[in-house]
Amino acid sequence: MQSKNRTALIPYVVWIALFVIAPIALVLYYSMLDLSGNFTLANYQNFFSPVYLKMTFTSFWYAFLITFFTLLFAYPTAYLLTRTKHKQLWLMLIIIPSWINLLLKTYAFIGIFGLYGPINAFIEVFGFNPQQILFTDFSFIFVSVYIFIPFMIIPIFNSLDKLNPSLIFAARDLGASSWTTFRRIVFPLTIDGVKSGIQVTFIPALSLFMITRLIAGNQVITLGTAIEQQFLVSQNWGMGSTIAVFLIVFMVLTMLVTGQKKKGGRV
Amino acid sequence: MKQLVQASIAIIVVCLLLFFASQSLESAGSKGSKDTLTVYNWGEYIDPALIKAFEKETGIHVIYETFDSNEAMYTKVQQGGSSYDIAVPSEYMIETMIEDDMLVELDHSLLPNLKNIDPYFLDLPFDPGNTYSIPYFWGTVGIVYNPKMVPKDLTFKSWEDLWDERLKGKVFLVDGAREVIGMGLNSLGYSLNVKDDAALDKATDKLIKLTPNVKAIIGDEITPLMIHNEAAVALTWSGQAADMMWENEELDFAVPEEGSNLWFDNFVIPKTSKNIEGAHAFINFMLDAENNAQNADYVGYSTPNAAAWKLMDEEVINDERFYPDVELREHLEVYENLGLTWLGKYNEHFLKFKMNLN
Amino acid sequence: MNKLSAASKAYLLIVFIVLYAPIFYLIFYSFNSGGNMNNFESFTLEHYKAVFEDTRLLVILINTVLIALLSGFIATVIGTLGAIGIVSMKNNKLRNTFLSLNNVLIVSPDVVIGASFLILFTMIGVKLGFTSVLVSHIAFSVPIVVLMVLPKLSEMNTSLIDAAHDLGATKRDVLKRVILPYIAPGIFAGFFMAITYSLDDFAVTFFVTGNGFSTLSVEIYSMARAGITLTINAISGLVFLVTVLVVIGYYFVNYRAKARMGESK
Repeated sequence: MQSKNRTALIPYVVWIALFVIAPIALVLYYSMLDLSGNFTLANYQNFFSPVYLKMTFTSFWYAFLITFFTLLFAYPTAYLLTRTKHKQLWLMLIIIPSWINLLLKTYAFIGIFGLYGPINAFIEVFGFNPQQILFTDFSFIFVSVYIFIPFMIIPIFNSLDKLNPSLIFAARDLGASSWTTFRRIVFPLTIDGVKSGIQVTFIPALSLFMITRLIAGNQVITLGTAIEQQFLVSQNWGMGSTIAVFLIVFMVLTMLVTGQKKKGGRV
Repeated sequence: MKQLVQASIAIIVVCLLLFFASQSLESAGSKGSKDTLTVYNWGEYIDPALIKAFEKETGIHVIYETFDSNEAMYTKVQQGGSSYDIAVPSEYMIETMIEDDMLVELDHSLLPNLKNIDPYFLDLPFDPGNTYSIPYFWGTVGIVYNPKMVPKDLTFKSWEDLWDERLKGKVFLVDGAREVIGMGLNSLGYSLNVKDDAALDKATDKLIKLTPNVKAIIGDEITPLMIHNEAAVALTWSGQAADMMWENEELDFAVPEEGSNLWFDNFVIPKTSKNIEGAHAFINFMLDAENNAQNADYVGYSTPNAAAWKLMDEEVINDERFYPDVELREHLEVYENLGLTWLGKYNEHFLKFKMNLN
Repeated sequence: MNKLSAASKAYLLIVFIVLYAPIFYLIFYSFNSGGNMNNFESFTLEHYKAVFEDTRLLVILINTVLIALLSGFIATVIGTLGAIGIVSMKNNKLRNTFLSLNNVLIVSPDVVIGASFLILFTMIGVKLGFTSVLVSHIAFSVPIVVLMVLPKLSEMNTSLIDAAHDLGATKRDVLKRVILPYIAPGIFAGFFMAITYSLDDFAVTFFVTGNGFSTLSVEIYSMARAGITLTINAISGLVFLVTVLVVIGYYFVNYRAKARMGESK
């Protein structure tokens, strides 16, 4: 078994070497260069200035909020989907919207959320004044949740799908309330799916960039935005790489927190 | 397992079909010509009919590739791996590209139509004698506003109008360090290209006072947003302003008199070119008065081609907002290449300003 | 849906409405003769006609779908094997290292990935174009596949494998008849998420493409400065419609086949 698994791993290990290790090495190398190409640690020092610390805090805070709300809406959706008749089809229909270009959808959101858009037209029917929706925390988190929700729904759906219904019936028969059943039986059994969902939401949310400008109008500045700016506008690849190094460190920490603690499987 | 195998076979079959479809479409498009020319330009920044006309006239097959920022384009051309014959960078990027020895010297004898360009737009500081570049479109940085949504006494003849208290939360700024910091500098009477920490600090302090008025700092989405009247005022490039005004007739555009930026997008031939002769032919074709007028009409930006002006709608050419007269032009400044250190400083100041938004 | 209460149905309905709202908004304006997403003037099909007249755009569209399917497929194979390998690692530290390495590309902003891949490709001397784009898309899709397959693998009951072994199954049989069928939902999820990554990517593709090869995303983003045309809305509408039809069609063909098999038994 072991030798067999080793051959299976070869393409994956090659992938890691070429497309993970090599870029990390490059990023590390660039992070220690200043603008004229000399070795320096000034970039790292610069990262601990108030501007970047504040940005790190903002990134974490928003990534947390985005993950929280994504989970909040994704879990019930995944749960209800597993109980529909054509559940696989409905699941596919959750994924399909994410195949339409994000920039186009963002333009659509600009129209929908706009002062003269359908949402505000609807609000006005009830006699309220048009509200500023774009460029608020609400719209930023809403659109982020919109982007990430399929990534959260799928792993949770897959965990819930195989859940043995007799476990739930047994618990109910023994007099557990539905909340207790959920808390003690359902949720613990789907925890792997939830963790996986949190990883694929929280980690990319840390480095969100485009919609911070498109939807939040630069009111929210994350580390991802800063890297983008350093690479493309300031052309300071050194500082950009340094921030990227910190992002990778934060990702590893996140993995350690959400990682599986039990011993390896037996495949 | 059976499901997995079936799905795999289905995917591979579909991929093969798509591959052949793409191959046959592509070969039908090129009509078997060997001579190709790769043009690297912004998206939607040329009339596609002109490309077809050029292909028909010369038999050269044009491959059209697009980019979305000067810096990204620079990285691609510098790294090589693709043979671009024509690129269309803005003027400040041309200086960098000349310094880094990335451009081919132009052969003016192959560009007889160069005479069509108004002399004002030739021999500019970023490329003396037009050794490497030919202007394609040009414009200014100014303020687009909806007169119905701002107090009547604000005409934006001065940058100071932006700081007016009645514009609270009504202003969009374009997400560009040089444009925004430049506006701060201009409003204080400094040059856009100043290399002086004290001046930058003063400009940033002044900009921070603007933050209550700023609704958002955004990129190209500024166009649909202004068309939708999402804000009353926006700092942007004249070309985009023209696009907005085309869709939303309520809007007006002004270039403040204290001074502003004059920008150019220009044809260059990168050293990656494998068809230098064809590239010259293409530039010359685009400089032809009739073709140029047609292109300017399609794109909607201001052209530097004096011969084309005669063929264009007089109303467009005489519109001083987009074709400012000589007197106004004197207050306009072209960006100089600041060098990475100073560019970094501009960006730091801009970041500081942005962090003060919230 | 018969098992669901009215409130549950309403909840799902709202989720679907929100998910599809921007897409219907785009499609609605693709019929606008006004040429923008602002005022709807009158109904027209001219933008759809424009799609079919523009060979360049059609080639780009086909390339986009081709890259998405092919990169998704290959990434799924590599990722699934990788996930199986990771789970079977006995050494905890090694396993965590692999998992962290796996996620580096998910957390790295696209510009960083794009720029470093570009440097990598030009260093090795790969000609930029179809191949480099395909390889890059595979590269950034692998981690999402691993993350989708892993929970299924770790949920798997090891006694199942033991039982198979006891019954004399070879290791190959175990993989084919026990493991793969069990984790199939994770594999499919990984494949679809890989397609999502591929279709949405702009920055990486931009850096590694060349020689006339382009994808829809690159086209759309570079149009932003001068304004995105409604032809793009029309093409998105068509893609959307075809996808939905293919998915529904495929599902019901499969569903019927299964039902018939059930009857014959």
